[in-house]
Amino acid sequence: MHDEPEPGHGHEDHDHEHGSHLSDMELRVRALETILVEKRYVDPAALDAIIETYEVKVGPRNGAKVVAKAWVDPAYKARLLKDATAAIAELGFTGRQGEHMVAVENTDKVHNLVVCTLCSCYPWSVLGLPPVWYKSAPYRSRAVIDPRSVLADFGVQVSDDKEMRVWDSTAEIRYLVLPQRPAGTEHCNEEQLAALVTRDSMIGTGLAMSPGATP
Amino acid sequence: MNGAHDMGGMMGFGPVIAEKNEPVFHAPWERRAMALTLAMAAAGGWSIDQSRAARESQHPARYLAQTYYQIWIAGLEKLMVERGLVTRDELAAGKVLQPAKTVPRILSADTVATTLARGGPTARVPTTPQRFQIGERVSARNMHPAGHTRLPRYVRGHVGVITDVHGVHVFPDSNATGGGERPQWLYTVRFGARELWGEGADKAATVSVDAWESYLEPEK
Repeated sequence: MHDEPEPGHGHEDHDHEHGSHLSDMELRVRALETILVEKRYVDPAALDAIIETYEVKVGPRNGAKVVAKAWVDPAYKARLLKDATAAIAELGFTGRQGEHMVAVENTDKVHNLVVCTLCSCYPWSVLGLPPVWYKSAPYRSRAVIDPRSVLADFGVQVSDDKEMRVWDSTAEIRYLVLPQRPAGTEHCNEEQLAALVTRDSMIGTGLAMSPGATP
Repeated sequence: MNGAHDMGGMMGFGPVIAEKNEPVFHAPWERRAMALTLAMAAAGGWSIDQSRAARESQHPARYLAQTYYQIWIAGLEKLMVERGLVTRDELAAGKVLQPAKTVPRILSADTVATTLARGGPTARVPTTPQRFQIGERVSARNMHPAGHTRLPRYVRGHVGVITDVHGVHVFPDSNATGGGERPQWLYTVRFGARELWGEGADKAATVSVDAWESYLEPEK
């Protein structure tokens, strides 16, 4: 029964890059693009610019800068927790799927986890496009009913007495987790701190790395 | 609608499998699918609510069997066919068979950066008083609309607490179906895990959703 890939996991496209043998989806989307370009509904150069934006320019390094600044600058952190949209815009990160931001802080007593059970809502302006697992049925179904087991899938243990706050992104509010600053980082500068902030730590499925650790 | 997309609390999908060093896209077609979806929303003039409604209104078995970009392409094709921008015959043939329609706007390469940086804010100026206050206990309505809604099934009929107010936002249930924006107050409502999932649930967990005012009523 394992000849077929698991549905919904996003790895079905095994045919690509095998010489001239293109997958059904490759052919379908190429045909679609051909039609839309010929009808002059889309500009191919605009498509390239969109792809470059999300493949190269916008990604979780944006969010990491926000987190690192919040760790070193208490006034910035206060602004971030009060009005995340404005505080994130201070660093130049604005726009699509980040129009209305809320930052939620992890503490010794609270761990936050972000999900979108209904689709794939995700804070693009600070994290880029979501990973496949974030959009997958296992994550979307279980994050709200058994969040600690989801964290266990990521190898993250959160003690049973720590409050677990799950945020289901059902509207246009986008959530950014402010992870806890790791121990042993007292002498790190903002740039060094940003390197410790993983994408998953800003979703809540991970923690910020300790100095010297590898992702 | 009570579709396959409304997954909160479903079981049996197995573990969450995170890919190490995952690329942004897994195949060339995914790049084009993402970009076509964004660019055609400008040309077609449809809203994100209409896009979501198109994606989630597929047969549940089909929805669950597809990758997320496959779902996007299916939704995009549906929106275009409904408006006569392309036909099913053209999609099947892979070439133009009908003259193009006039579209409101074509996204040009030089406006991509500003368009994406602007995004599509959904906040609107309030014209009605705010009904609920922070700290107030509310019930999520037991409602099952056949059209698009953003109130997940797993909170319907349950009692939570208002923890935040986000002003007034475009109402997706209306906006997705051509009924206009009809903005409403938007609240964050926090539910205890045991309220949602019963006595066996995690006593130290809560789940918050963002809910428009008409999804809520005073605690019942």
